[in-house]
Amino acid sequence: MVKYVLKRLGLAVIILLGVSILIYMLAMLMPADYIDRQTAAALQNGSMTQEDVQHLKELYGLADKSFTGIIKSYASWLGNVAKGDFGFSFLYGAPVTEVIGQYMWISFILAFLSYFLEIIIAIPLGIKSAVKQYGVYDYSVTVLAMMGISLPSFFLSALMMNVFSIKLGWFPLQGLTSATIIFEEGDWLGIFLDKAWHLVLPLTVCILLGVGGTMRYTRTNMLEVLNSDYIRTARAKGLSEHTVVYKHAFRNTLIPIVTTVAGMIPGLFGGMMILESVFSIPGIGMMAYRATTQGDIPFIMGYNMFLSVLSVLGILISDLLYVVVDPRVKLK
Amino acid sequence: MALFKKKKIQSIGDSQYLTLREERKIAKENAKITKAYEKRKNRTKVPESEYLTEMRDPKNVVEFDNLHTYFYTDVGVSKAVNGVSFDIPEGSIVGVVGESGCGKSVTSLSLMQLVQAPQGQIVEGQIRYKATNGKCYDIAKMPRNEMLHIRGKEISMIFQEPMTSLNPVFTIGAQLDEVVLLHEPGTTKEQAKARSLEMLKLVGIAMCEKVYDSYPHELSGGMRQRVMIAMSLSCNPRLIIADEPTTALDVTIQAQILDLLRDLRHKIQGSIMLITHDLGVIAEMADYVVVMYAGRIVEKGTVREIFHTPKHPYTIGLMKSKPSVNKLVERLYSIPGQVPNPINMPKHCYYKNRCEMCQECCEGDFPELMQFSETHFAACHLYRDNKDLVIYDSLTTGAESEKAEVAHE
Repeated sequence: MVKYVLKRLGLAVIILLGVSILIYMLAMLMPADYIDRQTAAALQNGSMTQEDVQHLKELYGLADKSFTGIIKSYASWLGNVAKGDFGFSFLYGAPVTEVIGQYMWISFILAFLSYFLEIIIAIPLGIKSAVKQYGVYDYSVTVLAMMGISLPSFFLSALMMNVFSIKLGWFPLQGLTSATIIFEEGDWLGIFLDKAWHLVLPLTVCILLGVGGTMRYTRTNMLEVLNSDYIRTARAKGLSEHTVVYKHAFRNTLIPIVTTVAGMIPGLFGGMMILESVFSIPGIGMMAYRATTQGDIPFIMGYNMFLSVLSVLGILISDLLYVVVDPRVKLK
Repeated sequence: MALFKKKKIQSIGDSQYLTLREERKIAKENAKITKAYEKRKNRTKVPESEYLTEMRDPKNVVEFDNLHTYFYTDVGVSKAVNGVSFDIPEGSIVGVVGESGCGKSVTSLSLMQLVQAPQGQIVEGQIRYKATNGKCYDIAKMPRNEMLHIRGKEISMIFQEPMTSLNPVFTIGAQLDEVVLLHEPGTTKEQAKARSLEMLKLVGIAMCEKVYDSYPHELSGGMRQRVMIAMSLSCNPRLIIADEPTTALDVTIQAQILDLLRDLRHKIQGSIMLITHDLGVIAEMADYVVVMYAGRIVEKGTVREIFHTPKHPYTIGLMKSKPSVNKLVERLYSIPGQVPNPINMPKHCYYKNRCEMCQECCEGDFPELMQFSETHFAACHLYRDNKDLVIYDSLTTGAESEKAEVAHE
């Protein structure tokens, strides 16, 4: 087991190296880089010359866009990463690791809550609709799930914002804290409740969009299991339908579910770019979105490497969980 | 357009091809019918008098009486079991034979109330079962929650697919203990384990401690079938249904499993309903034989009667298509043609189109079961006028083949 994990971690290093090369290339080849964007206005009104811009680019290490130049700058980036230094974000003016560390947690809380609630809601719904296949319950749940799957997140967000914050005024429109309320020193409960109040809408959107997929997945797997021979054996033993479904069938349905659910782990920390942008939640998703549009190469690299590490870990965890839930799987 | 459609259906000459509208109509009707049956079965408070009944013969454990089990499919009603009546006497082995899809398994699943719901439903008839408490229940009318006390405890079942019949995520021990813990309230885990180990020993598993802690995938097919048998035995059932217990196993293991079943019969003093399409197995094991064809019984009797004086042409066909060691044949006999479509069965004898002895009288309705001896019945028009008509003689055919063999040499 330990040997297997070590082998997988060794492989992970190679994967991450490949991923970093690809992302670095893509980021460097973006048509307008960070300096171009920042200096465009100044260049227009004549307060800066082309030489100044070129000089700036050299300072930022963006001047040489030839293949060898990219390789050279990648090598220096890699050298720094090996020392644990992910560089300085152009846009945020702080070390990349610090920015990620600072903004990661709010995204994590949002994602973890929605992930948790999604599973709690989706799995029982999926099981029940599999047990009552083609019944009224099954059809109505399926239709709702399909609606959730097919709605784009920005559209549903806009709809919710319009209805619940603009028309009804129940929830705040955007952000994470109310600017109009002044909290006393040490009023943690007040601050917490205020933040929670701001998170209701984004969470709801998240859950509505996510539940459908997991629910359908559970339903399909449950149906497959319910038609298998060992379920007939369980019934022939005289077990009640409840035991058959929730013990014998569910334990088998868990195998595919656990692995996909573990695969969602990178999404937990990665934040939701679109949702956070729409609701102006200062999470890592929104930071990454802004950095990407601005061409902030150190941050793009840092963020994407962060995601890649999480993905590799997520897959490793899901493989390890396979051993836990399925006695037939042995790791070598 | 309408004309064109009509013509198309006629040219195919089969009602299986339905228009979308017809299909929807059938589905709607089916849903209505099956829903009513399901509702009836799912009731929780049912007075016992509703499903109490009397045995015709107190020596029987189970009496099937005019059982009809239908499947409400999207293309119409499939009469999988269509008026089946036979008895399972106490302490006997009753073999049910017939080709695939003739309703053998559905008959046994009806007895367990395990027919695939909601499509499959017992529509008519009785399945009388004499329980250990002396009462006699009609399983066809029993509500689902009452049936749970009989399933696994008084009637247990061995399925034909040992490879997939055990739950892959639980250990053998856990699956065996479950039955004991469920049906014998008050047993401790240790007692259940002791019982399970005893059962594993009984079915001839040598390293029962090791097997007890194994998962199903760690055992071979024959071992898994033994575990299935152990599971079915663990509550001392009155009746074991063995649904093609040896089909998925290789020949040496088949013989071992059959020996095991035969021994068990003496050990447990219960009855066995043995479903198979292997006549050899039936000849070895059974006391009584029921031959089924297309959801009906065509012949039933004791083993001796069926093998020495088979009456129905289908039984004879089955006998002839059995490979034999002491006969030399160019090509193994097979019954020509196919089983009729289970939806929209013809009115006449279902075997008519395949029967080599078909006569004019066969045009009539499906023949009634005719009695030849106290135990021997067959449903064929050939014997309407002359019950002593002999169309198959095991002695002469045996002699003929011997002659042929000699000639060949």
